[in-house]
Amino acid sequence: MAKVLLFGRLSDIAGWREREIESASIAALRALLSGEDADLAEALARPGVQVALDQAIVRGDAAITAGSEVAFLPPMSGG
Amino acid sequence: MISLTDQPFEPGALLTAFSQGRSETGAIATFTGLARAERGATTTLELEAYPGFTETAIGKIADEAKARFTLDDFHIVHRIGKIAPGEAIVFVAAAATHRRAAFEACDFLMDYLKSRAPFWKKETGPDGSRWIEPREQDHADIARWETSKP
Repeated sequence: MAKVLLFGRLSDIAGWREREIESASIAALRALLSGEDADLAEALARPGVQVALDQAIVRGDAAITAGSEVAFLPPMSGG
Repeated sequence: MISLTDQPFEPGALLTAFSQGRSETGAIATFTGLARAERGATTTLELEAYPGFTETAIGKIADEAKARFTLDDFHIVHRIGKIAPGEAIVFVAAAATHRRAAFEACDFLMDYLKSRAPFWKKETGPDGSRWIEPREQDHADIARWETSKP
């Protein structure tokens, strides 16, 4: 099981912020989340959404191991 | 030093503390960002961070500023949680031997904090809530540093 985190507008759209989900890879996880929630699917596909695996940004796909933390990050805005 | 806080802070007190005991620093520049009411359209600003990841990302930005502008020191304070109009959201101080480096370091730090630091900002007002995303201007501000090396 991996800990999956949504930030910003993504958690508002999905209605959750943190879940434990079983998935083998980032791509499989993205497909699973997109399959269960069309609004979240659209939001995840928008430009500028990044993915962090164990608090490091990953581009493309990566394997998820037990105890991993996967975070979906919409465009950042501080200051 | 980098800190995130869910409590209001007083920028003047931060500057006073940051200025203490510096015999070789010739210049300190600071920037304070305040939450705007947008003429009543915004009653609350809410800032979300990713604990751990956000501090690490700001640390990388600050390390780059420290090397690029040869800073003696820096202090970054960023609010998280709910913020009322008029309250400070962000405080940046840069200490250097000469003023130009201190000014430019604050400018650089703020440009990167605006659109590269892991924060998510939601404005709430009488018409509801909306998430704020970086504007074209924010991307253009970053691009200045990526094309020109000092």
